Amino acid sequence: MNRKMKQALAFATFRLLGVLVVGVLFSILGFIIYNGAGVINWKFLSASPEEGMSAGGIFPAIVGTLWLIAGSIAIAFPIGVMSGIYIHEYLGNRWIVKVIRVMTNNLGGIPSIVFGLFGMALFVHAFGFGDSILAGSFTLGLLVLPLIIRTTEEALKAIPDTYRAGSYALGAGKLQTIFRVTLPVALPNIITGLILSIGRVSGETAPILFTVAAYFLPRLPSGIFDQVMALPYHLYVIATSGTDIEASRPMAYGTALVLVMIVFMMNLLATVSRLRLGKKTKMD
Amino acid sequence: MIETKHVDFYYSSFHALKNISMMMEERTVTALIGPSGCGKSTFLRLFNRMNDLIDDTRVSGECLIDGEDIYSKSVAVDELRKRVGMVFQKPNPFPKSIFENVAYGLRVNGTRDRSFIARRVEDSLRAAALWEEVKDKLRESAFALSGGQQQRLCIARALAVSPSVLLMDEPASALDPISTSKIEELIASLKQDYTIVIVTHNMQQAARVSDKTGFFMMGELVEFGDTKKIFSDPVNEQTRNYVNGRFG
Ligand SMILES: Nc1ncnc2c1ncn2[C@@H]1O[C@H](COP(=O)(O)OP(=O)(O)OP(=O)(O)O)[C@@H](O)[C@H]1O
Ligand SMILES: [Mg+2]
Repeated sequence: MNRKMKQALAFATFRLLGVLVVGVLFSILGFIIYNGAGVINWKFLSASPEEGMSAGGIFPAIVGTLWLIAGSIAIAFPIGVMSGIYIHEYLGNRWIVKVIRVMTNNLGGIPSIVFGLFGMALFVHAFGFGDSILAGSFTLGLLVLPLIIRTTEEALKAIPDTYRAGSYALGAGKLQTIFRVTLPVALPNIITGLILSIGRVSGETAPILFTVAAYFLPRLPSGIFDQVMALPYHLYVIATSGTDIEASRPMAYGTALVLVMIVFMMNLLATVSRLRLGKKTKMD
Repeated sequence: MIETKHVDFYYSSFHALKNISMMMEERTVTALIGPSGCGKSTFLRLFNRMNDLIDDTRVSGECLIDGEDIYSKSVAVDELRKRVGMVFQKPNPFPKSIFENVAYGLRVNGTRDRSFIARRVEDSLRAAALWEEVKDKLRESAFALSGGQQQRLCIARALAVSPSVLLMDEPASALDPISTSKIEELIASLKQDYTIVIVTHNMQQAARVSDKTGFFMMGELVEFGDTKKIFSDPVNEQTRNYVNGRFG
C-alpha cells in the first residue's frame, strides 16, 4: 500500500469514528426527544406531581435542581478558582503542588456515592444542616471542586509569562497583576470549567440521595434548610418505583428531556459569555 | 546615572555575569551587544530587578541608580520599577483597550484623577509617536494594532509612569524594517529626557542609536566605550571580530 492510500484509509477511519460518536450522541438525544416531547406541556413544567407521580408535572424538581446548581456553584466556584490561583500563582513549582495535584485528581476519581455518604456524615449530621439544600449544595460542591481547581490551574498555565512580566515591570504587585491582567485573560477558560461543573452537578443523583433529595415533596422549598426534589433523583424514582411504573414511564422521559434541556441551556449561556469575554481578551 | 560596581550574577550555580563594572550617563543611549547567551538580558534585568522574579538567583556587587543602591533593603521594588521602565522583545500589550494599556501603570499605582490619567495617556502616546495613529480608537483593543504599533504602545505604557530610565531588550527584533526605523527614531527623540539602555543583535542599529556600547561575551564585559570607537577602532580583538560580523 502506498502512502497516499494509507493516508486515505486513516482519514476514512477517523471520519467514520467521528461520525459514529456524533451518531450515538444524536440517537440518545433523539430517543429522549421522541419519547419525552409528547408529555411536555405547560402543566408538566409548572405543576406538582399527582396520582403517585404518574400524572401532573415536575415543577418542584426543576426548582430543586436549579437551587442545587446555584448553591453548589456558589460554594465551589469561588473556592475552586481561588485555590487554582493560589496553587499556580503562589506555590508555583514547589513539590507540594505535585502532592496537591495528586490529591485533587484522586478526589475527582472518588465515586460520587462516596461523596453522598461523606456529605451525609459531615453536613447533614456533624454540622447539623439536616437533609437540606445547604447540605446537598456542599456535597455537590465538593464533588466538582477538583474540576474547577484543575481548569483554573490549566487556564492560568496557558497565559504567557510576558503578560505578568509586563505588569510587574510597571510597578504592579502580585495581587494587582492577578486581578487586572492574569484572571481576565484566563476567565474564558475558567468558564469552561464552570460549564462542565454545571453539567456534572445537575445530573448527579448519588450525592444528593442522602443529603437533600426528597422522594415526594409537592411544594417549593422555603429556604436553604429545606429539602427539595431534584430532576435526576425524580427520574430514578419514577422509573423504578411509584405506584404504577408503566403509567409513569412517559413522565420519566419527559423529566429526562427537561434535565437535558436545562444542562444544554446552561452550557449555551456559559458558552456565549465565554465567547464574548474571549473576544475582549483574545491573546494574539 | 546608572552604575554597576563588580556585579556578579548567578542562576543557581551558573555564573551568568562576571565582575561587571560599567557606567551609563544620564540622557544617553547605551547599547549592549554580544553573542546569544552572553548575559545581555540578565544584565538589563538587574536594573528593574526583574531577575528577582526568577527563583534561585543571586546578585552581588553594587548596582546604583543616581547613587542609590537599588538592591539595598530600603528600596521598594514597585517604586523602583516605576522609575525604571522596560520594553520587551515581543510586544506584550495587555488584553485591554489602547487607553487602558497606557493608563495601567497609573491605575496600579493608585492614581484616581481621571483628567490627570487622560492627560498622561495622551502625553505618553505622543511621546511614543503613536498618538496620531490611535487618537480616534483609544477604546479599541490593543490587539487590533500592528506589531510595530503595539511595541510603541508598550513604550507609551512604560513612559506613562514617568520613569527616568528605559530598558529595552531587543525592542525591534520582532518588527518589520519600517516599524524598526520608527522605533529607532523614537529612541533618538526619547534620549532627550530618558536614560536608555538597549540590547540589540543588530550592529547597524547599535551604531545608529547609541552613544556608548558595551560588548559582552560569556558573562563578561569585554569592552565598553564610545559607540564610534567600538565600531571603528576597538581595542579588543574579540570586539573587532564581533562588530565586523566575523562570529556570533
Ligand atoms: N531563568 C534562567 N535560569 C537559568 N539560566 C538562565 C536563565 N535565563 C538565562 N539563563 C542563562 O544565562 C545566560 C545569559 O542569558 P541571557 O538571557 O542574559 O543572554 P542574552 O545575552 O540576553 O542572550 P540572547 O541574545 O539570546 O537574548 C545564558 O547562558 C542562559 O542560558
Ligand atoms: Mg536576551
